Amino acid sequence: MSRIKFRKMMPAPTESSTSTVSAAQTIYINRERTHQMQVKTCQIMILVLFLALWELGSRQGWIDDFIFSSPSRVLLCFWHMAEDGSIWIHTGITLIETIVSFILVIVVSISFALLLWSCRLLSEILEPYLVMLNSLPKSAMAPILIVWLGTNMKTIIVAAVSVAVFGSILTLYTGFSQTDPDKIKLIHALGGTRKDILLKVLLPSSVPMIISNMKVNIGLCLIGVIIGEFLAARRGLGYLIIYGSQVFQLDLVMVSIIILCIISAGFYKGISLLEKQIIK
Amino acid sequence: MQPKLSVCNVSYSYHSMDGETLALSDISFFVEPGEFLAVVGPSGCGKSTLLSLFGGLLKPDQGTLLLDGVPLLDSHARIGYMLQQDHLFEWRTIEKNVELGLEIQRRLTAEKKKELSNMLDFYGLGQFKHARPSELSGGMRQRAALIRTLALEPDLLLLDEPFSALDYQTRLSVCDDISTIIRDTRKTAVLITHDLSEAISVADRIVVLSKRPGRIKGIIPTPFSKEFSHSLARRNTPEFQTYFNLVWKELQDDE
Repeated sequence: MSRIKFRKMMPAPTESSTSTVSAAQTIYINRERTHQMQVKTCQIMILVLFLALWELGSRQGWIDDFIFSSPSRVLLCFWHMAEDGSIWIHTGITLIETIVSFILVIVVSISFALLLWSCRLLSEILEPYLVMLNSLPKSAMAPILIVWLGTNMKTIIVAAVSVAVFGSILTLYTGFSQTDPDKIKLIHALGGTRKDILLKVLLPSSVPMIISNMKVNIGLCLIGVIIGEFLAARRGLGYLIIYGSQVFQLDLVMVSIIILCIISAGFYKGISLLEKQIIK
Repeated sequence: MQPKLSVCNVSYSYHSMDGETLALSDISFFVEPGEFLAVVGPSGCGKSTLLSLFGGLLKPDQGTLLLDGVPLLDSHARIGYMLQQDHLFEWRTIEKNVELGLEIQRRLTAEKKKELSNMLDFYGLGQFKHARPSELSGGMRQRAALIRTLALEPDLLLLDEPFSALDYQTRLSVCDDISTIIRDTRKTAVLITHDLSEAISVADRIVVLSKRPGRIKGIIPTPFSKEFSHSLARRNTPEFQTYFNLVWKELQDDE
């Protein structure tokens, strides 16, 4: 509200120009709009063309629709599964696992990165271990996790967390330690403690970095969940993909992959909206 | 009269694995209450180190620092610090930025808020209270930073090249603004700068430091008559040139 008051006194150029639009400005705006229309049209055309070719190809026998499926078969398969409700259960399970592991990764990595930031000794001791754990292919650990934790949701969540968490800790810690030393000096000069540095400088200045870290992590968590479901699940989209390919029901695999595309786009969009909310 | 700040035989070194670097060697001088003192010297002579010592951010290896006759680190006197960059936080409005010091020291009351709001009005930032720092010009930002410092009612003001990040024109006017504010509020101030004319235009006395390790080469009083209290007015007086040559000569001596 207060920001609106300020704007009224100092109108932004776009606001003032709406009342008296020059010819050059109109031409510029029209050109920009045409450009944006072109981009949108082409984006939609590519999708439509792809689906049409796929359908046509399978009908004309250019590709074997038993192996490659087709848009109509995918839709039909989705319809059947939606009717008996099974697709919602599988999708829901994958969603829950992804969200839980994502929240765990964010909480654990922020608190661990803060711990490392506040204790130089600890950060230097642990650094080589974190680097090693980060570059270790996490799927190599999945069989051990199954032996230790069983074939259940716990294993899948642990697998997903392990995919994302080490890289996230390293990124956040590096970001935290790059906080402007003069800003920290300022807090000291104003008589502040380490807690003030944390709450008034470190966390607020790291918000953009934390959000871009979240964007990476949501994708990694989804990968982790699918890997986990490949190996240790009776339900979930990852399980459907493995099951479908084993019984040669490729329609099932395609449905799952398309739903995964929608889920990952949705998550990304969600975090972008959060970003817009926080960083104005 | 007891000096506001006494500096007696202060030395300070920086340590790294490659060895020890003596930054300041045997520095002694006094700052009188209400005085505006400037410290000049070539870059890397330990000027900023000196200010960090006064601010209690570093501890001297040797020597003593007394503020109002009490060892500086035990003293409860308030010290205000202004840095090269204004360091206004982009995630806070101007109003919230100037309240930062009081907020940290848990002294922010409704009355203080009102006072700060009046100060912002008084120094021409009234309409920018709810603006973000990026919406302000360099000069306005530096004024907001000064209000943030003055909000703590400091007994001693430390200015670490506060104008060096501004363009020349803004620099002259902000320097004039801020030195006038400091004089009007009768604050004791120590200004660190490498700009000789800036030092002469605002200070009562100038301490000249040598190249690293910083030693005192001379202390030059630069009195102006009362009607030339503004820094811009001072630049047009004949004394200004005389003092400039004096300080310049002092700086060049060891080559």
